[in-house]
Amino acid sequence: MAWLPQPVERLLDEALVGELTVIGPGGRPITHPLIPLYDGERILMHSSTLFSRKLEHIKRDPHVSVSLTDPVAMRGLTDRATIKGIARIIEDDPHSQWERLILDLWRKKEPVIDAFLKMRVALPLFFERAVIEITPQECLYWADGDTSRAPAVTSASRDGAA
Amino acid sequence: MPAVGREHLEKLAGYPFVVVSWVDPNGFPMSVATDFTVDSGLGVVTLRAPAGDEAAIPVDRQIDVLGSHIRPTPGQGYDERRYLQLWGSASAGPDGSMTFTPTRAWGWDEGEIPFFEYSERSVPQSRRYLAQLSKEKGRTIRPRLSLGWLFLRTTRLPFLSATAVPVLLGIAVAARGGAFNPWLALVTVVGAALAHLAINVSNDIFDTLSGADEANVNPTPFSGGSRVLLYDLLTLRQLIALAAALFGGAVAIGLVLVWATRSATLLGIGLAGIALGLAYTAPPLKLVYRGLGEIAVAIGFGPIMLLGSYVVQTGSLSWEAVVASVPVAILVALILYVNEIPDRVGDAAAGKRTLPVRLAPRVVTGIYLAFAVLAFAVVVGGVATGLLPVATLLALLAAPLVVRVYRGLTQFYSQPYALMPVMATNIKIHAYVGVLLLAGYGVAILARLLA
Repeated sequence: MAWLPQPVERLLDEALVGELTVIGPGGRPITHPLIPLYDGERILMHSSTLFSRKLEHIKRDPHVSVSLTDPVAMRGLTDRATIKGIARIIEDDPHSQWERLILDLWRKKEPVIDAFLKMRVALPLFFERAVIEITPQECLYWADGDTSRAPAVTSASRDGAA
Repeated sequence: MPAVGREHLEKLAGYPFVVVSWVDPNGFPMSVATDFTVDSGLGVVTLRAPAGDEAAIPVDRQIDVLGSHIRPTPGQGYDERRYLQLWGSASAGPDGSMTFTPTRAWGWDEGEIPFFEYSERSVPQSRRYLAQLSKEKGRTIRPRLSLGWLFLRTTRLPFLSATAVPVLLGIAVAARGGAFNPWLALVTVVGAALAHLAINVSNDIFDTLSGADEANVNPTPFSGGSRVLLYDLLTLRQLIALAAALFGGAVAIGLVLVWATRSATLLGIGLAGIALGLAYTAPPLKLVYRGLGEIAVAIGFGPIMLLGSYVVQTGSLSWEAVVASVPVAILVALILYVNEIPDRVGDAAAGKRTLPVRLAPRVVTGIYLAFAVLAFAVVVGGVATGLLPVATLLALLAAPLVVRVYRGLTQFYSQPYALMPVMATNIKIHAYVGVLLLAGYGVAILARLLA
């Protein structure tokens, strides 16, 4: 069930780059800039097997957060948000499973992906991908991106999600 | 002394804001964007403290500070991609700010390492990940390509133009003398193509096994091999089977042609061609590793291919065919020569002492220009001595492209990806000269028929 505040959903819909933070070895946070996709309930990110250390970290500890911070990457929207969630790696078939799960959402946000996909023969490993499915648990929202003010906090348990 | 180099902090200062991350008491990563200033001399970053308990930067654990500039350009993808990540700890600073002392830094800037190179350097991680995934799933999970694309990539099919030009030219030279059997011509083209693809695949096997392809992190569509073994798209056994099948087909067709023509000369040419193709990368000769690759390619894709197809049609050799093969031989060798330029670092690491590995850039570009000019001079000389038909002077129309390639080489010698259009133009010179020589022979054949 969708419970994220509407302005945060809008950020997710617009953002071409967000920051995924995972927990690395020794409990250290590691942040990766990635394109976030949103299906109205879950945040979907994805990673090439070339850059798959983040996937290994998530498999070890599924706690993650997604930050939306850069107006340049969000078509000028200045609000900011951080969404904490539990991630699941979908990797049964890195060759084509991601296409079935996220290609439509990716294409809608970034139509140029079709041109890149046509060059799959040139970069075959780049298009072997796993999907990172994130179920949001808590959301911090800063109107106008002003982090000198305390964020508005909503959470799945408090605001209606299962 | 700061634990993180001054250069990292100076780079961080170029980002408009940073994202600070840590692990919260509930075990979730928490991130917040904030403003900052850098004191690279002291090796510290002053962070504006975000408001609210949830966003309070902790002082009792490791934090991560990220500067990121990955500019999305809607409809085109991304450009100016760079990020810098620092690990360290924070403490309370003056005026309610936080002082961050980094202890480790890493990142990526595509201005310094192009995306393709960054990807190539990550291939071992992909292999490790897929091997572990296979173990977890209890079945083999490997990268894939559709059969057609895989065949194209594995055999490097587009390079068949290097075979088409000399084979068709040999047939044309024979036809100008009145000898033309279309069935034998067709079989010759197929056999030569199979031999070329077989050599491509076997070269890849030896280059991968020698470590040359793995050491090369700047492959381009024109250089660096097919990489199908390196990417695990095929197994060594599959690649050997493919090479054997292609060699088998080429040898079978060669024997049919020898039987049809009863020519010992053709048998000699065919055996020399296969030996040269294998010796190119295979031990013990490994010609390309000794700086002899250009000569091997020139002989193989010049006189051997052209004289072979000529002998199939006529049963004998001729000076005209020899002279016609020279410009083709030089230009095909120059394809290899130029394509070795971006590979030279990886080649050197693998002990592959090609000419661009051995020679200084100015010498390499000078040799390019000298031999490219020589290729066209041979055409002029061939016409002047009456060995080549006058209409083959059409080949000179491609000469201006030599200047473009020479300029590109001098300008982008050390920029592998900027060299890609230069390499493409260089390949076009060989193809265009081939087509124009064929056109010249077409005119000469027509003139003979109409006389």
